[in-house]
Amino acid sequence: MAFLDRTARSFLLTELLVGMGLTLKYLFKPKVTINYPYERNPYSPRFKGEHALRRYPNGEERCIACKLCEAVCPALAITIEAEPRDDGSRRTTRYDIDMTKCIYCGLCEEACPVDAIVEGPNIAFATETREELMYNKDKLLANGDQWEPELAKRLELDAPYR
Amino acid sequence: MSTITEYPTAVGEAGAERREWPETMMPNRDPNRTKTVEIDSHSINFGPQHPAAHGVLRLILEMDGEVVERADPHIGLLHRGTEKLIEYKTYMQALPYFDRLDYVSPMCQEHTFALATEKLLGITAPERAQWIRTLFAEITRVLNHLLNITTYALDVGALTPSLWGFEEREKLMEFHEAASGARLHANYFRPGGVAKDLPAGLEEKIAAWAETFPKFIDDVATLLTGNRIWKQRTVDIGIMSPEMALAWGFSGPSLRASGVPWDLRRSQPYDKYAEVDFQVAVTRNGDCYDRYIVRMEEMRESVKIIKQCLAKMKPGPVKVQDRKFTPPKRAEMKRSMEALIHHFKLYTEGYHVPAGATYTATESPKGEFGVYLVSDGTNRPYRCKIRATGFSHLQAVEVMSRRHMLADAVAIIGSIDIVFGEVDR
Repeated sequence: MAFLDRTARSFLLTELLVGMGLTLKYLFKPKVTINYPYERNPYSPRFKGEHALRRYPNGEERCIACKLCEAVCPALAITIEAEPRDDGSRRTTRYDIDMTKCIYCGLCEEACPVDAIVEGPNIAFATETREELMYNKDKLLANGDQWEPELAKRLELDAPYR
Repeated sequence: MSTITEYPTAVGEAGAERREWPETMMPNRDPNRTKTVEIDSHSINFGPQHPAAHGVLRLILEMDGEVVERADPHIGLLHRGTEKLIEYKTYMQALPYFDRLDYVSPMCQEHTFALATEKLLGITAPERAQWIRTLFAEITRVLNHLLNITTYALDVGALTPSLWGFEEREKLMEFHEAASGARLHANYFRPGGVAKDLPAGLEEKIAAWAETFPKFIDDVATLLTGNRIWKQRTVDIGIMSPEMALAWGFSGPSLRASGVPWDLRRSQPYDKYAEVDFQVAVTRNGDCYDRYIVRMEEMRESVKIIKQCLAKMKPGPVKVQDRKFTPPKRAEMKRSMEALIHHFKLYTEGYHVPAGATYTATESPKGEFGVYLVSDGTNRPYRCKIRATGFSHLQAVEVMSRRHMLADAVAIIGSIDIVFGEVDR
């Protein structure tokens, strides 16, 4: 009986037809692909994307040049130089991130005691040249200005877990 | 006029003879019918840019016609010096390197390093952290097997499973991203617990996914398990007997496919594996088809474990409450001077690990992934030897693919699930 069963299945191509039927069924399912540049998959407030340096609401930059991010960065991507400003407060004179070295581990954001350096939701920052990925302080602050509403929102949403 | 040199007999291969091909397969042997042409065996390069080489494998194949006489894997094209780099990093900084070893199952590698460090520190992660780790280790296992099975099917000519599988992988990577902030390189399991607690609502999402996923496994099984083309390509290809599998250092699904019921989650449970109920999938034949079957069954078992983890998880701390090892909460850090000092100490100097050595192994999706960690009492590991699973599987490609057709070598490479981030380290 088993022999007959096997032979019948073999000649009738059952498993191939069942498989084809299944793919046909999938053909009529709603499509799961999205139109990427215009749509994006949901991402959480913890997403680790492009870096930004934030400012306080009064426009003062948050970074106090404690260099914790520089110390903790496993890829040694961050370089900071600092000296007291004219008004006596300590600020960075140089804050560089080599985005080609960065591994997006998020340790800089974790280490920062004043929420200055953050990893934002932006993923589309591909450039044409390598040099453009050597971010300096101006670029990072500009990122912060551009993304501030979203950055503040995601920090607020994630605050209970940090 | 064969140019094949004699190579020493491989382990477990004693007495293996050159297979005699039946006359029907060698019609040119009849001197009256056709002219006999002798073909030199010649070498071809398989990879490093071959799409079926799963990364940067360079396989030198010595061919006798279309039959593989000898396969010689050349590795090291993705060598990044991870082990040496780790010696210059604190324990916290060393962790992201483990994501990047086997980049298909990142959290399972972190798990091993976190457990090894915890063992040297003499600390145990809190209950909830252990449940979260078990949960995400199993999600990662499904993630890994999904990629392996579907691309393995792709290698032998079945396109559809990989298109479907990537949809499921996408859902799982969203869970990864919701917990850790990164879809692949998570940096989530830390010595002493996990980085952050699961966000509210994630557990429900995972539970909902676990309800629908078995249906997807059934669909892939409908396409592959009984399919005659799939079976012709995989059944009786690359057979490893239990003795040979053990002699070549196999572990994980590849070993269980040969009939050895060895699973580190069962034999030396870590974290919460002792408290969950699951079966160890074992098959008998040790061929490419069985390795596929074992992985399919393991995904079903993983879903069972995920459900149990979600059911048994209770609220609580997710990291050791000792500020010498884990950073304080941010609110506390901003209020308390002592917490701030701990915060600064942890993110600069890190913690000092007592002198000692440990070999800690976990069941990563590919098999036994081990870390031999030596500490000399400073804040950096003195030595960190990584036991890569794929390495021992890859060295057996030679014995598995000998006297097989060239196309079977592709099925064999697909079935042992190698990833070069891990093999080359």
